[in-house]
Amino acid sequence: MKWGVVSFPGSLDDADALYALREVMGQDATRLWHKDERLMGAQCIILPGGFSYGDYLRCGAIARFSPIMKSIARFAADGGLVIGTCNGFQILCEARLLPGVLVRNRSLSFICDRVIVRVENARTPFTCATRAGDLLRLPIKHGEGRYVAPEDEIRQIEERGQVLLRYVDASGAETDEANPNGSMHAIAGIANERFNVFGLMPHPEHAVEKMLVGGDDGLKLFHSVIESVR
Amino acid sequence: MLVKVFVTPREGILDPQGRATEGALRSLGFGGVNSVRVGRYIVLDIDAPTKAAAEEAAKKMCEQLLANPLIEDYRFEVEGA
Repeated sequence: MKWGVVSFPGSLDDADALYALREVMGQDATRLWHKDERLMGAQCIILPGGFSYGDYLRCGAIARFSPIMKSIARFAADGGLVIGTCNGFQILCEARLLPGVLVRNRSLSFICDRVIVRVENARTPFTCATRAGDLLRLPIKHGEGRYVAPEDEIRQIEERGQVLLRYVDASGAETDEANPNGSMHAIAGIANERFNVFGLMPHPEHAVEKMLVGGDDGLKLFHSVIESVR
Repeated sequence: MLVKVFVTPREGILDPQGRATEGALRSLGFGGVNSVRVGRYIVLDIDAPTKAAAEEAAKKMCEQLLANPLIEDYRFEVEGA
């Protein structure tokens, strides 16, 4: 299938996302420049991690106004699939394509680690190759990953099954220590109401090869998308 | 016209920067510090025909970009004219 990976000034993980898609999964992936408005026929758009516009003002706040974001908002409104990892998640929240916002980690420290997330809802295009309750080991690296939203909004998000991934410990239990950044309800990844836009703080694109330290659990999320468009 | 914008974390939202600063002030021996919240101060120099027009523009800027209403409150002062 056709993928588009957006490069903003300050994006870091666009090259890794392209590598994962092209070299590891044999997908047709195109780099999309943020000033371009064309999505080049992509069936799924990836907003990568990094520090778009230096994280100035608030993470993702300025990238949100890049020309390509208008096309992406239209694409999402038409049901197109969009994934934002890390800074991409922050951009999607600032663009209001996802509810809530990501703020400074509870610890105030930048965290670079591996975490375990539990699949909460496997009936989405982003998780359909997994089963609810599956544990995925994925890397994180962020300073602003604490997910917050108004309480009533969180309640609705939970009720609709929009929480796709939650931080848990190795046994699959939700504990305070397993929540790396203090996210509300230990939320690691959420979808919009239509389940065609997905944001997550962990990096599936860094976990695509068994030989490397990150393992290859990230592939399950990409394979879900591929299965869903088939 | 000068517009001074103050953006602060919304009440009830955990402000780890404010909390860390509060702890540091206490450990420096400053007593009576009940709470600290850390925000942003933005100074804009804008062209506007009247103070009311400047206020209107500033409000739009705050809502669209300078503050995120989910987590931040803002206020501003317009000077000059």
